[in-house]
Parts: sequence; structure tokens; C-alpha cells
Amino acid sequence: MKAGPITQFLTEDKGGQRLLLVILALSIYMPLAHLLLPSDSMFYVSSYTLTLWGKYLCYGMLALAVDLVWGYCGILSLGHGAFFALGGYGMGMYLMRQIGDRGVYGDPVLPDFMVFLSYEKLPWFWLGMDMFWFAMIMAVLVPGLLAFVFGWLAFRSRVTGVYLSIITQALTFSLMLAFFRNEMGFGGNNGLTDFRDILGFSLQSSGVRAALFFASGLLLIIAYLVCRYIVNSRLGRTMVAVRDAESRTRFLGYRVEWVKTFAFVASAMIAAIAGILYVPQVGIINPSEFSPIQSIEIIVWVAVGGRGTLYGAVLGAIVVNYLKTWFTSHYPDMWLFFLGALFVVTTLFMPKGLVGVWGQVKDYIAIRRGYQKPGDGTASQGGA
Amino acid sequence: MKALRFGSLMLLAWMLWTPALADDFERLLQPLTSNNMAAKAQVVQKLADTGDARALVIFEAILDGNLHFRRDTGELVLASLSGNMFQLRDPYTGESLGEAGRREVSRVNVNNAIRSDLRTRRAALQLEIGTATDRRNAARRLMSQIDEELRPLFEGRLQVESSRATRRYLEMGLALMDLQDTDPRVRMAAINTLDNDLLPVVRRSLTPLAENDPNEAVREAAQRSVRDIDTLLKVNRVAENVYYGISLGSVLLLAAIGLAITFGVMGVINMAHGEMIMLGAYTTYVVQLMMPNHIEYSILVAIPAAFMVAGLVGILIERGVIRFLYGRPLETLLATFGISLILQQAVRSIFSPLNRQVTTPEWMSGSFEINGALALTYNRFYIIIFSLLVLAALMVLLKKTHFGLQMRAVTQNRRMASAMGIRTGWVDALTFGLGSGIAGIAGVALSQLTNVGPNMGQQYIIDSFLVVVFGGVGNLWGTLVGAMSLGITNKLIEPWTGAVLAKIVILVAVILFIQKRPRGLFALKGRSVED
Amino acid sequence: MKPKHIEKDVVLYVDGVSVSFDGFKALNNLSLILNRGEMRAIIGPNGAGKTTMMDVITGKTRPDEGVVEFDGSIDLTKHDEAQIANLGIGRKFQKPSVIETLTVYENLELAITGQRGNWANLFFKRSAAQSQRIDELLALVRLQDQPDTVAGSLSHGQKQWLEIGMLLAQEPKVLLIDEPAAGMTDAETERTAELFKELAQHYSLVVVEHDMTFIRALNCKVTVLHEGSVLAEGTLDQVQKNQKVIDVYLGR
Repeated sequence: MKAGPITQFLTEDKGGQRLLLVILALSIYMPLAHLLLPSDSMFYVSSYTLTLWGKYLCYGMLALAVDLVWGYCGILSLGHGAFFALGGYGMGMYLMRQIGDRGVYGDPVLPDFMVFLSYEKLPWFWLGMDMFWFAMIMAVLVPGLLAFVFGWLAFRSRVTGVYLSIITQALTFSLMLAFFRNEMGFGGNNGLTDFRDILGFSLQSSGVRAALFFASGLLLIIAYLVCRYIVNSRLGRTMVAVRDAESRTRFLGYRVEWVKTFAFVASAMIAAIAGILYVPQVGIINPSEFSPIQSIEIIVWVAVGGRGTLYGAVLGAIVVNYLKTWFTSHYPDMWLFFLGALFVVTTLFMPKGLVGVWGQVKDYIAIRRGYQKPGDGTASQGGA
Repeated sequence: MKALRFGSLMLLAWMLWTPALADDFERLLQPLTSNNMAAKAQVVQKLADTGDARALVIFEAILDGNLHFRRDTGELVLASLSGNMFQLRDPYTGESLGEAGRREVSRVNVNNAIRSDLRTRRAALQLEIGTATDRRNAARRLMSQIDEELRPLFEGRLQVESSRATRRYLEMGLALMDLQDTDPRVRMAAINTLDNDLLPVVRRSLTPLAENDPNEAVREAAQRSVRDIDTLLKVNRVAENVYYGISLGSVLLLAAIGLAITFGVMGVINMAHGEMIMLGAYTTYVVQLMMPNHIEYSILVAIPAAFMVAGLVGILIERGVIRFLYGRPLETLLATFGISLILQQAVRSIFSPLNRQVTTPEWMSGSFEINGALALTYNRFYIIIFSLLVLAALMVLLKKTHFGLQMRAVTQNRRMASAMGIRTGWVDALTFGLGSGIAGIAGVALSQLTNVGPNMGQQYIIDSFLVVVFGGVGNLWGTLVGAMSLGITNKLIEPWTGAVLAKIVILVAVILFIQKRPRGLFALKGRSVED
Repeated sequence: MKPKHIEKDVVLYVDGVSVSFDGFKALNNLSLILNRGEMRAIIGPNGAGKTTMMDVITGKTRPDEGVVEFDGSIDLTKHDEAQIANLGIGRKFQKPSVIETLTVYENLELAITGQRGNWANLFFKRSAAQSQRIDELLALVRLQDQPDTVAGSLSHGQKQWLEIGMLLAQEPKVLLIDEPAAGMTDAETERTAELFKELAQHYSLVVVEHDMTFIRALNCKVTVLHEGSVLAEGTLDQVQKNQKVIDVYLGR
């Protein structure tokens, strides 16, 4: 490819363009329909639906983050839920501080759980979290920093493949154990909840819900474009080179550990932003977000949608979560069977995910007709 | 045990039974049927003074809460409620006396003061007339309620007692009494006799002397002794933690051995490994359900059963899914994770999401006493032995059998092995089945220590991977060392940090370790191979 | 492009290098001196330490002892693969190793000399000189007709050539080449030998090869490795007459 990243997006990324158009349409239509239409209109969007889809958009962004490291750089992180949750906790801390003296115990500074656990004063890491801008910066920087330290240590000593996957899982697992402890100062088991306001507006109001939804859609689009820029740049191709032939890339003179660290940190920060948007919409953040299974579920979203395509990841997140909502309300016992089967079926039969199914069908027909493209098929193997 | 003791008491009672005493003894018991606590307290003392074995029977019955009397005749009976009626038995012979309605009998009630007095007197009585084991236990029990009153009993018993252990308790009991003596030399001798024993009562009795004994030499001796005891207790605590650590290590070992095969030897990441452990545990539960009258032996049946169940499921997984994914470790990881979800939900649907209780056979319960303050439980001990046996058996299988040879051949050079006529597909399936089957066996062992529930496998999967990775992939000795070091380190830092933090510390430590040695403790260095 | 007349100027200096893996001595007191502009062929039976030697020079394996110096006094044992690559040592693997999912053009663009940092890479734009160089290389390795072909679908020989092109794009001072003729057709082998002789005009080359016809075609000094150390050195004819070499190759 001889074109620059932007031209490449405009000329080649048809799937991405379609997806972004749909998301743009949704993020304009749904909030407006919620605010302006009468509730008996068939085009009305209830606050339940709005919140639900807002959640899907956040998951879409999270999947995007995972696709950047896994699909393009070959790093299977089983701990990305940790960065999402940390971002969420950052937002949660800000929202807790916003409650002010309206808590059950009426303490002007300390959140209820701290009064309950007889804290004397705010722990140092809660300071300044009442300022929106500061809290947001922290909510992105802290996960980014964690990813940096963890990634740099791991990549520098060339921990790769399943070893890396296992230690990322151990990372999120140990964070979960830590956040379950009351002594950590993050509300222990119950996490952070009972939020009231954001930037002075009530979280329950239609306007805020609509705005949060719109913000989720918009940031998802921006995140997509950023990721697309990265993967279309030469850095993106270096990431692919690292994924497919790590040692070769090293002998080309690239510092593989820094390429990986970049991808990992960028991805962690996008995941954190997704977490930031998620918490005010669902109204709670607790340590279960750190549990390893949450992180692995993200992987299945990306795998189902089609990894290494970016738009496939977003699509996968929305489809799988839509199914999850449907199953858990209709056949709650069947959900895990279905999810498990999804893992198996995707890895065995749909290596390119949903967005690759059409291509698979075409290939199949072509082979049936006795026609084979020269050497095709090997090109897309590498990934893993 | 209890039945046995009761039986022997019964025998004794019968032997000592003489009609002449009968009336006196029976008369003594009369006040028990009254409501007068003071009178009852006196009865207890008088009964004890008789030295009659029947008194012991009565004491036991009162303490157990099943001594009753008939309202109409005042006759003392043992009564146990079954349905709406009391089953009555003769206190001394155990002979059935038929049934009685709830209103026809009353229980012999005592207050707490009498109850504690009863315990002392029961022990004293046992010391006089009990079997060797009874006497030792009684002497030990009396240690914690030592009293000058017991001196004649102890001195008398010491004259005739033959058991070493019991003699030691008696001597210590006397020494504890001597600590109160006015003569400093006696107190000094007592301190020497006690000889830094770790029974809690010793330290408790020495402390006042160490603080304010009028005699300087005695005070210093007591201080020294308290200090020594404290040191010993510390050593004890460390020893205890090491024991717990080894026991945790052997649990980890059991959980990880199977993984060392599937992951270490075959290079297959099996995220459903934890669920194989769970299947083993549930198999134990089902086996117990099927043989409720032979719980003692159920575990012996459960071990092969769990191996078969988990092994078969493993073979199914290998043939159905994993064999299509060789050489694609990350895909294998995801597919087997999916399988683990399905297995969990299957168990949840079949057995309910609640935890199931697996009974521990009697021969595995109880504990082994090292010294006055340290007792090691048998079940953990058996699991340590068991895990080592499994490891040894596996090593023999790998090194000495034909199947082991084929297995190593296939993993080292698949094409060559295949060319030599080894059916590599079956070797793969059986190897995976073996790893899974061992996980099933681990489940049997774990069912004796923890709750059996659908999520139990998940707790072990990360730990097992850490052990295998830490120990070095493809090396069973590494797995052993890895499991033991993680287990012991965990238990040694637990007192400082608490259980949760200890786990985190271990996780972080292993993560840092992998940074340093990405291929584990016992990794084989090799000629670099192109990826 | 170093002129050829500074014959005695040493570019690669390997002395007394030993490497052992779990008791097995892969390299045993190996010494090798490569002059600037020299082409050297290395032969030896399997397990003689050829690949390990390359691993040591390119920083993949650290030697237990010995000196490895490059271009005067740069101690290569203190640098890792990426640094050594950027210092000017290019390596071609035995198995053709190109980035299979990228196109021919992207492969070359990735290899082209220049900034390697993340930010530079993120905002990378080809300069006119770089575009021109890539076009030259495409022509050199005869892939000018298929710059947009995915590298994975090239033939084996084409992949070998693409990899050589990538190597040259790095503008190295020394080229280490592992069995370039393996799996090539006779015509391709011949062309490759021609190419190498041409390259030897500008670069220092170390070629590991089994194929004697290929080595004869290269017409350069030959080093024979055996059990991790140098067994013989000289022209192909000289070493072929050497009794020790005959023993090793034919067995006693």
C-alpha cells in the first residue's frame, strides 16, 4: 500500500465507514428520540433502552481497544477488564465526591462507605477527585501507567504468547482480590454506587442520559478513527510485523518491546475511557468488573466480530452483548452454554469472525467451482 | 470411638457391680431428680468419692445431656428423643427399657458450675479407673484445671501408673501445684520439672512467678522459662505454617500435575483444567451418594472413578476440539475456556448452583499431636502423601512404560514417531486424558478440604498455571518445587499480610519472576529455534 | 558503499567465543575475522554451530566468553538485536522470513533505513529518496511488477529475494545470510549467486551454505566449522583437499 493512513481509511475501510455511519446515526437519533418523542410513539426510545445501548457502545470501545493489541499486535490480553474497571473507578470516585453531604451519613467530604468504615479523612488518592478534569485525567493516566509498567516489564523480558496471557489474567485477578478488600479505600465488595450528579446535573434526568449516550457514540467514533490511524500508519504495520514475525522485526532494527508497549498502553487508555463512560450509565462500579471472566468475554466479542479489522470488534461487542441481554432475560441458564459454545464455534469454524463469514462463503463456493485464488488463505493465517 | 469407650465403661461397670453397694449408690443418686442445685452439687462430690465406675457412667450421661428420670418412679434412665417418643435405656447395661412419652420423663439438669465441676471429677475418676487412653486424656484434661485438691489423687496415681505419657502429665500436674508452694526450693524444682512444656497452662502459671516471685532465683528461672516457651511457641508457629504450606503446596501440586502434562508436555493450554478438578470432586460426591453405608471406603472408589470420568471428558475434548487447534495456542486457550463455561453451567444445572458437602471418612479426621501446642491434622497429612504418590506414579508411567515412551516420542518428534508406526492421534488423546484424569484425582483430594461447587475449578486454574510456569514447563520436578515453594511462601507470609494480600503478593512475585526467567525455574536452555 | 581497496580493514572480529547450552558446547573457542568488503562462505555439518555463530553476532545469543567486535571497536555482546541491526548488521534467516500478511511494498517500506522510534513510525511519510530506493530495490529483486502482492503468496524463491531486498533496504555494512539457496530452483540459485557477487562489490558478506555448487559459484574464501570451532580455512579447493575436512564430512 502506498497511500497514507487517512487516504487509506477513505478508500479502503468500507466496513469501518459503514459502521461509523450507523453509530453516528444511532448517537443522534436515540438521544433525540428519547428527549423529544412522546413515550407512546413507536419511535420513542425508553431510558432503559438508551442506557442499554449506551452500555453496548462502551463495550464496543472496549472491544476496539482489545482488537488493537490482539488483532494487530498479537498480544492476547486476558486482563483488559482491569483497565476498563480502573477507568470506571476513576469516574466512580468523582461521582462519589459529587454526592457531597447528601449521603446517608451526611458527611460533607467522606463518602458513606468511608464513614461506615470509620475513616478519619480522605485517603490521599481520593484528593482532587472532586474536580471533574482532574478525575478524568487520572482515570485515563493511572490505567495507562499501569499498562506501561506492566507491559514494559513483560515485553522487555520477552514474555510472549500464552505466558503473557496468563500473567495478564493474574494481574486482573490480583486487582480484583485487592479491590475486594475494604482497606483499599474503594468501597470493598460493594464498590462505588448511589451516584447522584455529574457536573452538577442529575444522573437520573433524561437530558444527562441522552448526553451520555451521545458522548459514548461520539467517543467511540473518535476512538475508532484514532485506532484506524494507528493501524494504517507504518507503526501499525510494524505491529503486524511483530505479530507475525517478531524476531524478524527485531532484526529489522525495531525495538519490539517499545512497539508492544505503545500498543498496550494506547489500548489500555482507550479501555479506560470506555470504563469512564460506562459507570455513569450503569450507576455502579464494583470489583467484579476485574474478574478474569469479564476480561475473557471481551476476547470473545472481538473473536466473534472478527479480529484485526477494528469494525468487526465493535460489531462483535454489540452483537454478543445484545444476545447476552436476550438470553439472560429469557433463558438465564442457557447463557453460559451459549457463550461457551460461541468460544468453541468461533475458534473452530469462524477464524475471521462474523465479518469474515461472507468471505469464507465466497471462498467455499469458489472452491466448489474448482477455482482457487493463487496462494490465498496463507495470507491471513499468522495472527493467532 | 465413643461407642467403644461407652462399651468399655459398661463392661467395667458390670464387673464392679455388687449388690451390696447397689442400694447405697442408688440412694446417693436420689437428689439428682430434684431441682435443688446445691444438693446436686453434693451428689456429684459424693459420687466421685465412691470411686465407682457407675459414677463415671452417670457423669458422662449428665454431660451428654441424656440422663433422664421417670416422673412417676424417679428411676434414672438414658433417654434419647426419636420422633415424638423417648427411647429409654438402662444407664449401666445399655439394655432397652422401651419407650416413654415426652411428659413421662424429665432431664437431669445441672448449672454451669456443676457442669465444670463434673468435668473435673469425671477426669479424676477416669484417672482412677479408666483405661490407659482414658487415663492419659483425663490427666491431660486435668492440667488446665489444676487444683490443690487433686494432689492426693495425683500422688496416689503416680505410685501405680505405668504409662510414660500419663506419668509425665501427673508429674507436671504436681509441679503446677508446687508452683504455689511457699518454699522457693520446691518452686524451683517445679519449674525444672515443667521443663518449658508448651501446654498453655504451663506458661499461664509461670507468668505470675516471672513477674513477682519474692525469690530472685525463682523469678529469674521462671522468666527464663517463659522466654524459652515463647521462643518454642514461635518455632511451633513457623512449623505449623510450614506444615500448612506443604499441605497447600501438595494441593497445588495435585492441581498442577495434570496441567504439567497437558501444558508442559503437550503444549496445550487447557483452560478447562479447573473444571476437570471440579468433575473429580463431583464424582466423589456422587460416589458417596451411591454408597451411603460405606463412606469409609467411598474415597477409594472415588479415586479411580474420578480418574475415569475426568479422563474420558478430557479425551472427548481433545478429539472434539483441541486436535483441530494444535499449533495455535491462543485459539486453544479460547476454545477450552468456552468448554470450561459449558462444564460449569452443566454442573450448575444438574447439581444446583449451591455447594455440595462431601463427608470426610473417619480415618482421615483427627490430628496428630507433636507437642502441647501443636497438632497436625490427618487429612492434610494424607493429602501430602497422596500428592507425592501421584507424582511418583506419573514419573514411573512416563519413564518406565511403553505408553510413556510413545508419549515422549510424539511430543519430541511427531513426524518421526508417526513414521515409526505410533498412532500419534491416539497418543495425543490418551496423554490429554491422562492429564485430565489426574486433575480429576486432584478433585477427589480437594473435596476433602474445601466445598464442592461449580466454581471450585476456577480458583485453581490460575494457581496451577503459575505453578507450572514458575517451575518450568515440561519438568515434573520443577512442578513439585514450584508447588511447594508457592505453597510454603504463601503460608509463611500469611500471618503478616492476611490471606488475600498473601495471594496478591505471591501473584506479583511470580509475575516479577517470570520477567526475570521467562521460561521458569527449571527451564531447559536450548539452541535458539526460529519462530 | 565502502570502496574495496581497504582490504585489511577488519569489519567483524570474533575471537575465542564459546557458548554452551546445558553442557552442550555449541561454540567452542570460535574465532573469525571478516575484512571490509570481503565475502566469506561458511560450511559445516549439522550442529557445527553455524546458526549459533550468527545468533551470537546478531545479539540473539549471549556468548559465555569471547570477544565479538564490529567496525573497529563496537562490542556487540553489549547490544541487543535491534541495536545491532541499526548498527549495520543485516541477517537473512534460513527459512525465508518476510512479513507474510503485508505486501511486498510494505515489507520494503518497513525495512527502509531511517528513524525506528514509535512516534517517527506513527507519523512516518516516505521521503522522495526513500520512495526511489524502494523502487530500485523492487527492480533489483525482480518484484517490480507485484509491489501490492501479499508477501505470503509469493513463491519460495521470491520470498528469499524479497528478504534480501529488505536486508539491503536496511543499508547494512555486513550481511549475514543463512542458506540462501535452500529450496531454490537451479535457475534461481544461479541468479542468487550472481546477485551476491554483485553485492560483494559494496558490502561485507557472510554466507552459510550447504550447496557446494553455489559456493563454487561464489568463488570466495571458505571457513569450515566443526563442533563449534574452525576446522579449516582457505579456498574451496584447499579445504576440499584438507584431510580433517574429508574425515568430518565422510566419516572415518
